[in-house]
Amino acid sequence: MSNLSLIVVLLVLLALGYQLGMARSRKVATVNSDLRMHSRPHHYGMMVGLWAVLPAFFILILWLWLSPAIINSMMLSQLPATVLALSADELRVVSQRISNLANNFGVVADAAQWELDAAEHLRILKANSAMVLTSLMAVIAAVGMLLSLLKITPRLKARHQVERVVKALLILCSTVAILTTIGIVLSMVGETLKFFSYIPPSEFFFGTTWNPRFSTVGIGEQGSFGLVPLLAGTALIAGIAMLVAIPLGLMVAIYLAEYAPVKLRNTAKPLIEVLAGIPTIVYGFFALVTVGPFLRDLGAAIGLDINATSALTAGVVMGIMIIPFISSLSDDIITQVPKSMRDGSLGLGATKSETILKVVLPAALPGIVGAVLLAASRAIGETMIVVLAAGNSPALTANPFEAVSTVTVTIVNQLTGDNDFSSPQSLVAFALGLTLFVITLLLNVIALVIVRKYREQYE
Amino acid sequence: MTIIAENPIKAVAAPSQVQQKVIDSLNRRHRKENLFRRLGLTAVLISLGLVAVLFINIFSKGLPAFWQSAVTLDIYFDPQIIKIPPMPQQRDDESDNDFRQRHIEWQTEIGFVNFNRLITDSLQKVLPDANKHRRDLARVVTSGERFALRDMVVADPSIIGQTRTLHLLTDANIDVWLKGNIDRSLPDEQQQLSAKMREWVDKLSADGVIQNRFSLALFMNPDSRSSLASAGLAGAFMGSFYMMLVVILLAVPMGVAAAIYLEEFAPRNKITDLVEVNINNLAAVPSIVFGLLGASVLIGWFNLPMSAPIVGGLVLSLMTLPTVIIATRSTLKAIPPSIRQAALGLGASKMQAIFHHVLPLAIPGILTGAILGVAQALGETAPLLLIGMKSFVASIPASPFEQASALPVQIYLWQGNELRNFFEARTSAAIIVLLLMMISLNGLAIWLRKKYEKRW
Repeated sequence: MSNLSLIVVLLVLLALGYQLGMARSRKVATVNSDLRMHSRPHHYGMMVGLWAVLPAFFILILWLWLSPAIINSMMLSQLPATVLALSADELRVVSQRISNLANNFGVVADAAQWELDAAEHLRILKANSAMVLTSLMAVIAAVGMLLSLLKITPRLKARHQVERVVKALLILCSTVAILTTIGIVLSMVGETLKFFSYIPPSEFFFGTTWNPRFSTVGIGEQGSFGLVPLLAGTALIAGIAMLVAIPLGLMVAIYLAEYAPVKLRNTAKPLIEVLAGIPTIVYGFFALVTVGPFLRDLGAAIGLDINATSALTAGVVMGIMIIPFISSLSDDIITQVPKSMRDGSLGLGATKSETILKVVLPAALPGIVGAVLLAASRAIGETMIVVLAAGNSPALTANPFEAVSTVTVTIVNQLTGDNDFSSPQSLVAFALGLTLFVITLLLNVIALVIVRKYREQYE
Repeated sequence: MTIIAENPIKAVAAPSQVQQKVIDSLNRRHRKENLFRRLGLTAVLISLGLVAVLFINIFSKGLPAFWQSAVTLDIYFDPQIIKIPPMPQQRDDESDNDFRQRHIEWQTEIGFVNFNRLITDSLQKVLPDANKHRRDLARVVTSGERFALRDMVVADPSIIGQTRTLHLLTDANIDVWLKGNIDRSLPDEQQQLSAKMREWVDKLSADGVIQNRFSLALFMNPDSRSSLASAGLAGAFMGSFYMMLVVILLAVPMGVAAAIYLEEFAPRNKITDLVEVNINNLAAVPSIVFGLLGASVLIGWFNLPMSAPIVGGLVLSLMTLPTVIIATRSTLKAIPPSIRQAALGLGASKMQAIFHHVLPLAIPGILTGAILGVAQALGETAPLLLIGMKSFVASIPASPFEQASALPVQIYLWQGNELRNFFEARTSAAIIVLLLMMISLNGLAIWLRKKYEKRW
């Protein structure tokens, strides 16, 4: 039986156990009519179902995890001595061939007799393994179901058992987020350390040229992996994006929160937030085919030499993308400023704009700074716009009209090229990823702390 | 005196020096006030204008690509050209391997049939001087269409000897020429089409043999590099579909379960605080970092297949998880404690109170959060590039374990195609498809929120 059908059978067993457990509990209840049952019938049903399925499921997982290696070694042990003398790599090829023969998958040309024998052996082993697994699961499921059915008495705390299992499941799910973070950190630190065994950290963090070359080049001249030009490019683009997004986003937030009639606010706010939901690849394409040529022509008209794919193009489009982040967050924060502060200022004769600029904004400043930091971390980690529109030229420059490269673009380039996965040319992507992770993490933590502090101030 | 009469404040008497100063400064302050207000309005209008420019730009570029030039031809399935033995059937005494071998041989034989001849023969009937330009003749119809003819024969061999009227897609360059996406006045050496071909195409178009037809190929075909005009989104769509399936099956239930635990059961202590901070940070980690995680852990350690939707789905699930958790938690938080207290007061256990009373009330909010998470995952590109989904896949994946592309990745691949004149529009069309899917998802979320929104 295939694993999928085994799982389907387990689900059927769950339903069956549920029904049997309910029926049994009702019967027990009528027999002992003087005693009250501890739990509701469906609790007993659930308990029986779980006892039938959970142990068998664990067996299945364990089996699927361990059996392939065991079967393979059993098969290999039967091979002729001449074959066993081969190196580990050749042996892997042999077992791949044999398993292809056994699965009837792909026509393996001129199979030797010993290969056919081994394939037959493998087939038998696999069939046996599946049979043993199925019968083992059947026995365990049957025993679990029977025992738990027999255990049903008025005093059995079935609900507690079921709830404990459910709670364990809930806890398991909430650890996934933690495991993801640990996975990110561990995998990236591991690969980064490997990278640092080729290139010293000082060269990576302070080097001013980025020219990784290809992995085929000998160790003697493996190219230079300087982070500085990439960081500079990232900062340049993110800076331009913030220059576009902060004034626009902030003014939008102020106008919508303080001036706009309710009708305008209710239509304009969701419409502007549409910008946040558009996939970044769409912005990238927009930057590449529309904004870039437009800026180039504009530059030509006023005598500036602007590349179609440049830091400016990527930055402007990224700024457009970030407007709603700043406007929504700032809007929330501005509306949180207590009304009494505005009333006090207006009562002293200040105009509305004076109230906003001298009272509301200073009060909301920490929150707005938090919003800006969150938006900045978004801009730094943004990938597709820069991949398409920044021009991918890792030169150290402060000229926004030239093509630049960023940390994210370089990660994509290094991992999607033809590089060997264990070469420094690929591994550097993880070092860059870790750098990016740490920078955005710091920005986020600072922003969250500021925003949280601010919330407490007015709650 | 006329000045005073115009100003009501000054009308009473001539203003003193102090009053004049106040009036001046008031006027100045009011001017500033107006300026500030107008600045705000301008910012709002600019932002709305940017939304409009973006959409108008994409739609005006992409909509024409949904219609493609197709030539209407009477194709005679000539038995003189299609000479193939009947499709092999598996004999009882035959092993699977031998049958597969025989089937491959049969397919190879069909591959030798010159289906292009069928097309050129039929084109000769509409083009009088065709015989002198056989090279051009073979290029009128895009090369992918001969496989469509082959598939027709394989599906129904009885078609051999009959004539069918078919709409066949023209070459991509003909589509570009007819749509005016290339400058017609360019000299010969800069044109993609030969002079003869341009003359033919204009004639056929004038005769109505070549018409602009709604392009099903865009939706039904997988990507193609040899026959650009028939490159479609079907493969990418299925890839995205499988990934969203994984996200819905994994991220949504896990996220909801995690949120229930954290919001309702978890004790308030250092560990819970840590989990909370961690989830908030995870939500803000750049998506490309999740791609790195997938590349090193899922592909490097667990040896999952490269480019497979299952890996993409797992990566996107991890990325969406925090979004779902945060949305579910805020929904649960909004449900008044009185509901829980009433259930507990009537003797329900905590588990019963939450699963029977709190959760049903929270379902609209949870669904909204889940849909928004799925929409976010649908548009994500960067992490997919890192797990190998950038590779060109010319088939429609039949399962989540096969190589596939995804809609946003397809957009990325198409925008880089050399035939810019043709693919700029096709990329925009793909973007329109993606945007429409996202808009409908978001619309669904808004509708759910509006329909079930409750103020406690």
